[in-house]
Amino acid sequence: MNAANRKGFLAGFSERLVRTRQSIVGQVQSLIRRRPVVDSEFLEELEAILIQADVGINTTERLLSGISERLKESRQREASDEEVVLRALKDEIVAVLGPPEPLRKAEEGPTVIMVVGVNGTGKTTTVGKLGHRFRAQGADVIFGATDTFRAAAIEQLEIWGERAGARVIRHEEGHDPAAVAYDTCQAAKARGADYVILDTAGRLHTHVNLMRELEKTKRVVGREIPGAPHEILLVLDATAGQNGLSQAKTFREAVDVTGIVLTKLDGTAKGGIVLAIRDSLEIPVKLIGIGEGIDDLRDFDPIEFADAIFYDLDA
Amino acid sequence: MFENLTQRLQETFRKLRGKGKLSEADVEEALREIRIALLEADVNFKVVRDFISNVKMRAVGSEVSASLTPGQQVIKIVNSELTELMGGRESKIRYAPKPPTVIMLVGLQGSGKTTTAAKLAYLFKKQGRKPLLVAADTWRPAAIKQLLVLGEKIGVEVFSAEEGEDPVEVASKGVDRGKFLGCDTVIVDTRGRLHVDDDLMAELGSMQKVIMPQEVLLVVDAMTGQDAVNVASSFDERLELSGVILTKLDGDARGGAALSTRAVTGKPIKFVGVGEKIDALEPFHPDRMASRILGMGDILSLIEKAEAAYDKDKAVELREKLKTAEFTLEDFQDQLEQMQKMGPLDEILRMIPGMSRIKGAADLQVDEHHLRQIEAIINSMTPEERRNPEIIDGSRRRRIARGSGVRVQDVNALLRQFNQVKGLLKQFGGGGKAKRRAMRKGIIPFLQ
Repeated sequence: MNAANRKGFLAGFSERLVRTRQSIVGQVQSLIRRRPVVDSEFLEELEAILIQADVGINTTERLLSGISERLKESRQREASDEEVVLRALKDEIVAVLGPPEPLRKAEEGPTVIMVVGVNGTGKTTTVGKLGHRFRAQGADVIFGATDTFRAAAIEQLEIWGERAGARVIRHEEGHDPAAVAYDTCQAAKARGADYVILDTAGRLHTHVNLMRELEKTKRVVGREIPGAPHEILLVLDATAGQNGLSQAKTFREAVDVTGIVLTKLDGTAKGGIVLAIRDSLEIPVKLIGIGEGIDDLRDFDPIEFADAIFYDLDA
Repeated sequence: MFENLTQRLQETFRKLRGKGKLSEADVEEALREIRIALLEADVNFKVVRDFISNVKMRAVGSEVSASLTPGQQVIKIVNSELTELMGGRESKIRYAPKPPTVIMLVGLQGSGKTTTAAKLAYLFKKQGRKPLLVAADTWRPAAIKQLLVLGEKIGVEVFSAEEGEDPVEVASKGVDRGKFLGCDTVIVDTRGRLHVDDDLMAELGSMQKVIMPQEVLLVVDAMTGQDAVNVASSFDERLELSGVILTKLDGDARGGAALSTRAVTGKPIKFVGVGEKIDALEPFHPDRMASRILGMGDILSLIEKAEAAYDKDKAVELREKLKTAEFTLEDFQDQLEQMQKMGPLDEILRMIPGMSRIKGAADLQVDEHHLRQIEAIINSMTPEERRNPEIIDGSRRRRIARGSGVRVQDVNALLRQFNQVKGLLKQFGGGGKAKRRAMRKGIIPFLQ
């Protein structure tokens, strides 16, 4: 199976979101047909939809109370007008997500981006895609293979480096990740590179020593390049459930995460945990991964995201 | 965030203590908390709904055991239902009557298939079997290399081809290779894929037809949310899974996906991944998983131990004494004895929810030593001294210290601590506040 074949299956972003949209819109519409009046049972069914999207109980309750408020304000006690309900839901989601936030860039010298997260969320792939994006903008990009733990992680990054056209700074497996980060920064300064992207080892946030190691890598980077790292991106799997909150919380405590990359949105998982994270931790989502191809990384735009979900409403 | 179900249930049931039977209202109130706990643990919404209605039917009208609170009673029912739903006993690998046994690992990207393949191979090797690993993920960059490296680390042969080769062919050749080498177990690592990807799911179907595995195991990340049901049922429909392996359980995910996958496929969880080390793969224990999903630690075993060890008459007597501040070192000694009947302290503490997350929990043995020391000190006192600690002067202290093998300072410290408790009790007339404070400080070790 090659990459070209896969394209047919995963054509474009909105197509991928159709699945999400159809299910939510469909569920709300069938709700409305069945129950013309906004009552507690109606809200319970809305709750079911949101919880099944991994939004989590707290955020779901916040969304729902917001919707009830909006419905009261609009004096539309009757929900027979589906537009009112959908708009309320969409507005509420956009309100929770807040305004879009672009990636930060250093004013001078190389911009350093650290990519962190638990095992298997797609860090190395994200580094590859991100490098490709910067290269396409004409920037000079260096990858640092600071995942010296997982077997063949370095080789995996080197393949992505080739694909993206980025140089990879590497040591041997098992070496100190902070030393790799140091060398990468040195190389970037010597070359006048525009971007340094560090691929760190996946680690469960509950492993204290590994979190300390990450802090150390961050410190080293900050010493070598003033103001670095400019972005610390937490890669989060869209299939993650409520544990995503715990991940975000612990990684933020350790290294002050500046944004989230939500990956694997091309499946059936809704990625609702994003709402919960934004709601309780105020970490913005900056990028989304929507496929295995090198181009399948997009900016996260909260309004676009909500629009795509409730696309029928504006049509 | 929702941390401690037991605590919340106890709060809910505070006003209901002493009832003989669980009423519908009692159960409903408890089940509301349980529902939240299950949803917070990422058990699928629909699975939760069915589960709650089952428990309700079983719980309403059931007798409350004399030694349990209604809350504990509900937990007991919930826990046994959960355990039952998750398969009762641990489930083993199905070996082929004529070797090799072929095992196919399938799942989403990043669930941990390659790591699990190596862990399984290592486990088989330790059991004296002869495994072969087959690198049929020819798509992900360096996936083959990853398996080769792991294979070398554990001394297990890896069959591999070039990246980009047809995975079905690789798998088929791999099984042949296993036969040729006289391997009794062949583990096939496959590429991660989305359950909605028709082409790639069909590819797995053809692989299965060709290599005819005894086991098709779905590898599921313990951190998976509501979508676990979609993933598990799609893979099961396509491949008729034989079981599930749950990975990354060494994190703090409550692992509701375990319940969800079990509920929608009916297939057992056979192993759990509990760490990055190559030997961190364990058989699955449904009862432990049930407690984890509920966020209760192994509270049930704790309840059982307390029930078995606790002497009710003494508890009543003690409560009376606390009210009148007549608490003596003899009572203290009784408390220690009762506690020791429950088993080693560190074991008890490990059963308490959230304990593993508390800093310094590793130093628990020190505490145990300290308790033994306290016991020795009290045992070295005369009954008179235990009842009237005021008479313990300098020379008595030296004698007690010699008798219990501690320093005089240790005896002083204990007496000081004891007087503090007594002072507290006196000050508040033995009311709930002082008692609770004393318990929190751990001065009165075990008190209902």
